Amino acid sequence: MNAPQATPSREFLKPPVTEVGVLGWLHSNLFNTWYNSLLTVVFLLVLWQLVPPLFSWAFINSVWNSPAEACRDIEGACWSVIPQNISFIVFGFFPDGHQWRPGIAMLLLIGLVIFSKDSKHWKKSLGVYWLVGLITMGVLMYGGLFGMQVVDTDQWSGLPLTFMLALFGMVAGYPLGVLLALGRRSRMPAIKTLCVVYIEMIRGVPLISLLFMSSVMFPLFLPEGVSFDKVLRAQAAIILFTAAYIAEVVRGGLQAIPRGQFEAADSLGLSYSQTMRLVILPQALKIVIPPSLGILLSAFKDTSLVVIIALYDVLKTTKVTLSNPKWTGFSTEAYIFLALFYFICCYAMSSYSRKLEKALHTGH
Amino acid sequence: MTREPAITKNGELHPSSAPFWRDPDKRAIVFQIVALLLVALVSYYLFTNTQANLERQSIATGFGFLDKQAGFEIGESVIAYSAADRYIDALLVGALNTIKVSFIGIVFTIVLGTLVGIARLSSNWLVAKLAGGYIELMQNIPVLLQLFFWYAIFYESFPSPREALHPFSGVFLCNRGLIFAVPEAHAAHAAMGWSFVAALAIGWGLHRWGQHRQARTGQIFPSIRVTIALCIVLPLLAWAFAGAPTAMDVPKLQGFNFKGGVSVSPEFSALLLGLVLYTAAFVAEIVRAGIQSVGRGQVEAAMAIGLRPGQVLHLVILPQALRVIIPPLTSQMLNLTKNSSLAIAIGYADFVAVTNTTINQTGQAIEGVALIMIVYLFFSLSMSLFMNWYNKKMALVER
Amino acid sequence: MNESEKMTATSPSEKPIIEVTGMHKWFGDFHVLSDINLQVHLKERIVICGPSGSGKSTLIRCINRLEEHQRGQIIINGTELTNDIKNIEKVRTEVGMVFQHFNLFPHLSILDNLTLGPIWVRKMPKKEADEMAMMYLEKVHIAEQALKFPGQLSGGQQQRVAIARSLCMKPKVMLFDEPTSALDPEMIKEVLDVMIELAEEGMTMLVVTHEMGFAKSVADRVMFMDFGEIVEQNTPQEFFDNPQHERTKLFLSQIL
Repeated sequence: MNAPQATPSREFLKPPVTEVGVLGWLHSNLFNTWYNSLLTVVFLLVLWQLVPPLFSWAFINSVWNSPAEACRDIEGACWSVIPQNISFIVFGFFPDGHQWRPGIAMLLLIGLVIFSKDSKHWKKSLGVYWLVGLITMGVLMYGGLFGMQVVDTDQWSGLPLTFMLALFGMVAGYPLGVLLALGRRSRMPAIKTLCVVYIEMIRGVPLISLLFMSSVMFPLFLPEGVSFDKVLRAQAAIILFTAAYIAEVVRGGLQAIPRGQFEAADSLGLSYSQTMRLVILPQALKIVIPPSLGILLSAFKDTSLVVIIALYDVLKTTKVTLSNPKWTGFSTEAYIFLALFYFICCYAMSSYSRKLEKALHTGH
Repeated sequence: MTREPAITKNGELHPSSAPFWRDPDKRAIVFQIVALLLVALVSYYLFTNTQANLERQSIATGFGFLDKQAGFEIGESVIAYSAADRYIDALLVGALNTIKVSFIGIVFTIVLGTLVGIARLSSNWLVAKLAGGYIELMQNIPVLLQLFFWYAIFYESFPSPREALHPFSGVFLCNRGLIFAVPEAHAAHAAMGWSFVAALAIGWGLHRWGQHRQARTGQIFPSIRVTIALCIVLPLLAWAFAGAPTAMDVPKLQGFNFKGGVSVSPEFSALLLGLVLYTAAFVAEIVRAGIQSVGRGQVEAAMAIGLRPGQVLHLVILPQALRVIIPPLTSQMLNLTKNSSLAIAIGYADFVAVTNTTINQTGQAIEGVALIMIVYLFFSLSMSLFMNWYNKKMALVER
Repeated sequence: MNESEKMTATSPSEKPIIEVTGMHKWFGDFHVLSDINLQVHLKERIVICGPSGSGKSTLIRCINRLEEHQRGQIIINGTELTNDIKNIEKVRTEVGMVFQHFNLFPHLSILDNLTLGPIWVRKMPKKEADEMAMMYLEKVHIAEQALKFPGQLSGGQQQRVAIARSLCMKPKVMLFDEPTSALDPEMIKEVLDVMIELAEEGMTMLVVTHEMGFAKSVADRVMFMDFGEIVEQNTPQEFFDNPQHERTKLFLSQIL
């Protein structure tokens, strides 16, 4: 049916003046009711009191890159504490002169992450790239090959340590978490109980207690003479912790798969592991990508807790810098810088996750 | 390959039993036995190693150490404690400190989080954007960093007691903490406390009576307003009758520190502030999602019947929103309790910190860590039980 | 002088229960309703039809203030709709609305859905409200579901409950916003039957719908809206057999 389009014959007027333009926006967004107007005025007053002094402290009276003595008598912020100590804050105890190695490793990591964001790259080759990337990063950090001096894991500190703890926590924790989720849904009572006990116990206690357990109890579990590096112990704790949270998230995804999928796979004659591998897990894992990113985000923030067991992640290196008498008293500036770093990374991750969630949702 | 049914002696037909390695039920049993054996073997291995190591290092086992004298002081405590008390007393102090900061933290977090969550939905652009900015900022910075930041503000930016900040009369901020004036202890306070409780009880009774009356006659009783009025008037009357004491215990600078008033340590303040600001951001998102989960059509239908905004909120929006809000809210409350264990990083003597000192002194790491895990598991299991009960009770009835 | 002013009321001496004069509405910059003039008298049944986006739902939502108009007047039973909350509340107790997506309250039983308004707005005692609710539930032939919850009912059942819920407020006018558009075909008839019964008992109704059979059998007036203005209105016979405007003819050719 080729119906011609009807056209309006009336005139389209402009709305009344207070409804559009800047005035209209102000009217409908800031002053539309009496109490909104009151709120706007109050908040503007508060901002007026707070923002100018903060601005002058941070930008006008501040010092940006000077030796410590120049900071002592100024009224503003002493941002110099960062640039003057940057190599320790970022690389920690990694030997001077070799710091290009963790530098390149981190750039490689960031490059891989940015590459993986684009859904066009989500093919099998992505897994290969990551594997090669991780091995390269490991070699760069540890050394031993190509004439690079060996640097033991107990000297790995600062930003590379933060990234590594979070990344490996997630990478190793994920398969373990998937297994736990499958185990929890199993109909075999022994397996199910073991998994439930593990998951509930780990989720019920603070990460700090697991880190304590790893640093204080793990040595007792091992036979005489065998010792595990402190970093590896903390990494193990983070992996076990992350796995429990992944397990719950994946369990949610598995629950969302309709019964019909299992029945169809059964009727085709697929075994349990084939069903899981080929039919169920691909769908379930796709559903839980956004909350999994949330767990990665939490793992990244939680690496800061290793401060408490005296591991030198980027938070601890910052603290150590501040305990130097030259730089004591400028904690605020240093923490603000660190907060900015975390904020940028985490905000990027969480807005990516939100975008992804929207995209995946519309695909359903 | 088809299997011939087996024919028994009596001539009955049975489906033939598969050899046990192909029978799924039997396979499951074998699998579980193997798994349990593995777990048992590994546990045994770890256990024997641990025993050997403990013997080698002459570390005692068992909980006998709880009765020994602790020998260390604790910075702040709800109950009386000294170094001469036993380890178990010290642990109790730590547990009470954890409960104290968690409980107060939860109350403030719920209030702040709800306000920010509602502000996020405000039609006022400025308020909504500020709330959104707060939420994004707090959620994306690790909580430990926030704790360090607030602690540094107290320790470095706040002056010594002699030059303490004096924002309002009777309130002092310095690097020894927040010190403020309180009314001097007087019998009237007990009377006021009891009259407040009585006001709540009377308010509750009036509310029930009002509900009955509304069912009978249709008249609505303003129980919330009446209860609030009672809660203000009754304690005021009690105060007046008990002698109307106005004396305040004002903190005064004596020597290097303040005497009098109530002081809140910088450790506690920093911990409380950091935990509340961090967790409230998550609570705000939960509240926002809960309110938004009630479809616009519900609100329109309620308005179309003629219900007032207040009635729409309490009869239609809140019952549905709370169903969506309470489960994630309880898990955030649990997170706050778990995060309070970070107190050790800024020197507040919570349970983990005290246990850590105990482990360092007695060397009994296993018992110590086990204690920590048991205490926190207790918190989280109670929360889970409550949540399951609440979910069952409030589930919407569907086909 | 546009079409709507040519129409006269069925009883010229009666004051209309709804009077819309020179009403304009904007959504932001978009002029969605233009120069609406409409008079509705007691016991009149008006069907409003038109292509999607023509503003018909917006028009009836302005009548119970779910949308605000920026110019012109809307007077309902003598009360003018302005920003005054008292007027808005009074109008809403006299005008009932049935929504396309029912909007029953899922956390309340069917009975409680119906008695919510009478108890909290008209301040009725519970017993009286329950009795009245049961009476209206019987009227829409669904009394046996009184203690069930909306999630347990089919779409057609839910919509009938929604109609009963509005009736419990004893409105003078009922607005229907595409009441059958969200229903499966086999349930449309049960809802239309209830609406026809209501009409035959003399309820004043404004119905936005695509159900032309309903319009032909029950309506006093059929109104065609397009691009935010009332293009044409007439008795059903005249409207369907003798449409005056090109756009009306175009629309009718597309739906009939």
